[in-house]
Amino acid sequence: MTVLLSVQGVTKRFGGLQALTQVTFDLPEGQILGLIGPNGAGKTTLFNAINGTYPPEEGRIIFRDRDVTTLKTYEHAHMGMARTHQIVQPLNELTVRENVMVGACFGRENQSLGHAADIADEVLEFVELKTRTDQLAGSLNVAQKKRLEMARALAARPYLLLLDEVLAGLNSSEIANMVETVKKIRNQGVTIIMIEHVMKAVMNVSDRILVLDYGEQIAEGTPEEISRNEKVIEAYLGDPKLAEKLLQED
Amino acid sequence: MAILEINDIASGYGEVQILWASSLNLEKGKLTCLVGGNGVGKTTLLRTVMGLIRPWRGTISFEGQDVSRAPAYTKAEMGLVLVPEGRQLFTDMTVFENLEMGATNKRATPKFRKNLERVYEMFPRLQERQAQKAGTLSGGEQQMLAVARGIMADPTVLMIDELSLGLAPVLVLALFDSLKALRELGITILLVEQNVQMALAISDYGYVLAEGKIELEGPARELIKNEHVREAYLGL
Repeated sequence: MTVLLSVQGVTKRFGGLQALTQVTFDLPEGQILGLIGPNGAGKTTLFNAINGTYPPEEGRIIFRDRDVTTLKTYEHAHMGMARTHQIVQPLNELTVRENVMVGACFGRENQSLGHAADIADEVLEFVELKTRTDQLAGSLNVAQKKRLEMARALAARPYLLLLDEVLAGLNSSEIANMVETVKKIRNQGVTIIMIEHVMKAVMNVSDRILVLDYGEQIAEGTPEEISRNEKVIEAYLGDPKLAEKLLQED
Repeated sequence: MAILEINDIASGYGEVQILWASSLNLEKGKLTCLVGGNGVGKTTLLRTVMGLIRPWRGTISFEGQDVSRAPAYTKAEMGLVLVPEGRQLFTDMTVFENLEMGATNKRATPKFRKNLERVYEMFPRLQERQAQKAGTLSGGEQQMLAVARGIMADPTVLMIDELSLGLAPVLVLALFDSLKALRELGITILLVEQNVQMALAISDYGYVLAEGKIELEGPARELIKNEHVREAYLGL
């Protein structure tokens, strides 16, 4: 198994807040890694550290055998790293096709406009937005905007795709569709890290799961291992010993 | 009969739907908890019940009256009171002034003295600090003040959004003990809480919300042993 991304001892502080502490993992090519944890655990911060938005104070990010820790975000994009944002960021005044062309122009392959349009059409078909190609991005509904966000990232032809809560705000049939799309992307050979709160979906689609709590990596393993892990259960459900104390007082 | 009946409620923000057909019934004098993971819609449910957001569908009845469309201030005057998430205190006002702010409506004003005695008995620390600015209190004391301000509104039903978030274990225990005292006063409580173990340990009845829908409900002591609760949170 080739390691595509290696995160080594990554630490990030914001003033007095320790946002990430010594996060370390290897991501093999072609896998889906689910990144979970309670609110404020540091999941999006880890994405920002990996793709150069906020470089870490300590530790290293190795991507395709190259140290990319201090590179700029656009350099990460050129190297084949693309991401989506939790709050969708469409260019509302451009059409759906034009939005996706932006991804192709500034991604790994630096396409010319003509090629970028072809790639955009191909990707829009893949994410099932083809019928919306000439519409303004601002006129899409939430589920469609999520797909657009994904299409723009895919048009960059990434090796690694970082998905930040692509299922949030979707109804159950939209979630099922989106999960299928994520699987299809993986089957094309793209490696994926997905931050997700919709647990059934992320447990179902991920090869491995990494759990953050207060910036610390408290567990890593298969979905089955994670769902039985005591530290994880405590992080999500609270300390059973404290609850017992409360019961004993009665 | 239930004092608060929430039937088939759907709501959300803008075009994003958060709640899908959720129903809850609060039994008079009982402590009911609503638990569930991040972003499943717990706060949205409380805000909808309170009238801070309009329900898209469904009905809410309080003491037998339909209040589905009633604004928050009307409900507060009827005795349905919310302790909001993140406390939302008036930090530049004193502890006493914050308590006064809880008791401004027609319902609460005549009972000001009685309710003030109640909250000082329940939280002696607040009496010691009554002249201090709320913003200078510790996190635990601020949470006590938020609950106390809610009690000053003379609630029949008190809804509390996140009692223990970010507090040290000793304080968590103290705050949970105050819930028991409130129940003894006959106040019906709906508790939203991220600490599921604690919430189920203290409650009479529990609801588990997952992805905007009620996934499980039952007597709290049964839910605490239920494998499905873990599943609802962790997906497996």
